Amino acid sequence: MKLADLTQRAGEWLRGAGPMHDVVISSRARLARNLASQPFLSRCNATQQREIAERLRDEILAAGIAKNVFYVNVAAAGALDRELLVERHLVSRQHAEADHPRGVAISGSETVAIMINEEDHLRIQVLRSGLRLTEAAEEITQIDDRLEQSVEYAFHSKYGYLTACPTNVGTGLRVSVMLHLPALKMTGEIQKVFRAARDMRLAIRGLYGEGTEASGDFFQISNQTTLGKTEQQIVDEFFGQTMPHFIEYERRAREGLMKSQKAAVEDKIHRALSLLRAARLMSSDETMHLLSLVRLGVNLGRLPEIDLRIVNELFLLSQPAHLQRVCGHEMNDQQRAEARAEFIRRRLLQDN
Amino acid sequence: MKHPCDRCHNRPATVHLTEIIDGEKIEKHLCEQCAANEGITVKANIPISQLLEDFILQSSDAECDDEAGDLVCDACGLSFNTFRKHGVLGCPNDYDAFSAALEPFLARAHEGATQHLGKVPSRAASTQKKQTAILRLRGELKDAVAREDYEAAAALRDRIKAMEKE
Repeated sequence: MKLADLTQRAGEWLRGAGPMHDVVISSRARLARNLASQPFLSRCNATQQREIAERLRDEILAAGIAKNVFYVNVAAAGALDRELLVERHLVSRQHAEADHPRGVAISGSETVAIMINEEDHLRIQVLRSGLRLTEAAEEITQIDDRLEQSVEYAFHSKYGYLTACPTNVGTGLRVSVMLHLPALKMTGEIQKVFRAARDMRLAIRGLYGEGTEASGDFFQISNQTTLGKTEQQIVDEFFGQTMPHFIEYERRAREGLMKSQKAAVEDKIHRALSLLRAARLMSSDETMHLLSLVRLGVNLGRLPEIDLRIVNELFLLSQPAHLQRVCGHEMNDQQRAEARAEFIRRRLLQDN
Repeated sequence: MKHPCDRCHNRPATVHLTEIIDGEKIEKHLCEQCAANEGITVKANIPISQLLEDFILQSSDAECDDEAGDLVCDACGLSFNTFRKHGVLGCPNDYDAFSAALEPFLARAHEGATQHLGKVPSRAASTQKKQTAILRLRGELKDAVAREDYEAAAALRDRIKAMEKE
């Protein structure tokens, strides 16, 4: 298994249709871990960083943490490959753009990705489609247990798992969900969601995590408190107490829209699909906007002929690095807009 | 159908409030934007990234060259002042070297908590493991008392006692 094999389709977490998939695209659990008796990354010299990267790569590959695990040496990868990893949510943008020894171990299904030498020595991620936080958290614990048999982590009896940034210390666990909230965005009630999230000490970000704007109709919500709670409490609070409200809120907004402005909403949805099927030039931003409306249409039962999985895949495959990989050559903005429009037309046609 | 905003008469009203002035009740229905313009919108809690920024900014003020700033970790050589500038620690030992100065920050970042209650590595020394296990039970005991589940609380108290004796 290697990176090139991944480009033709979306990862399982995006292709699949997990619970509550009308609102929840994916669930993610992430653990931050560091080696005991080693400085954190910023105080390591290049030799130490290389040694850590190689050692952790070997340990991860030997630990049998998931099926078909393969390793990508991110430091040696080309710009396009690194961008591809970011688009697939397998590495963070910071990790892709850094310039020290680093890598990522990825499971064949792409549900597991372990970044080596990001801000911490290890950043373990488990991604699942739909609202599947409990499963993601269970799997990440198992992986952590496996690795712990051969790797000694920096751990403190009072502060727990020690991390480079004290905002991650303790459990090192962040859970997050990617939400599709088009109706709340349309009605302008999204601001209330932002406020509610902040009051509950949750962070809201855009599609690509830290440092990206919460723009468009996709929002990533995550816990911020990692210390002073058990892993189970973190998951339970997030999954049991928080998520149902957000999902319910979006569903009600959708119902409300369909009651009060049915014709207008249906018009938007069908126009979006028609544009995607007919346009000859399509920018990234416009694609996101139109696909979001089509996704809403499918979930409202307005577009029975469209398969949700195709729509989900298009979100990914129409991104710049994927598009260039699928087409097999590098392209400028203008060329990409043309290739993107054609690619989307073909996919939506195939679906019929 | 949604009530339009009282001010702009354009966007839907999503903020509803009732004011009572001199015994007279006045209802206002505003959209988010007009509410914000009127200063009605409640200021949200500070997200963590901002907390960190504030912390770094605040600590880089001149008044902060206090004792804490002079602390240096003897394992990695990082000074507390450097941490305050960049927000990133240098090695695991920093948590001990800077513990007094770090704890207020940890408390602000983690809803007041400065004590780990989660998982303990299976290889950690048994005392560490036990300590955390007991602390976790104490937390559960607190929750049980809060929800008036005295049966569970009594059971937890017994378990804590037994563990402490071990």
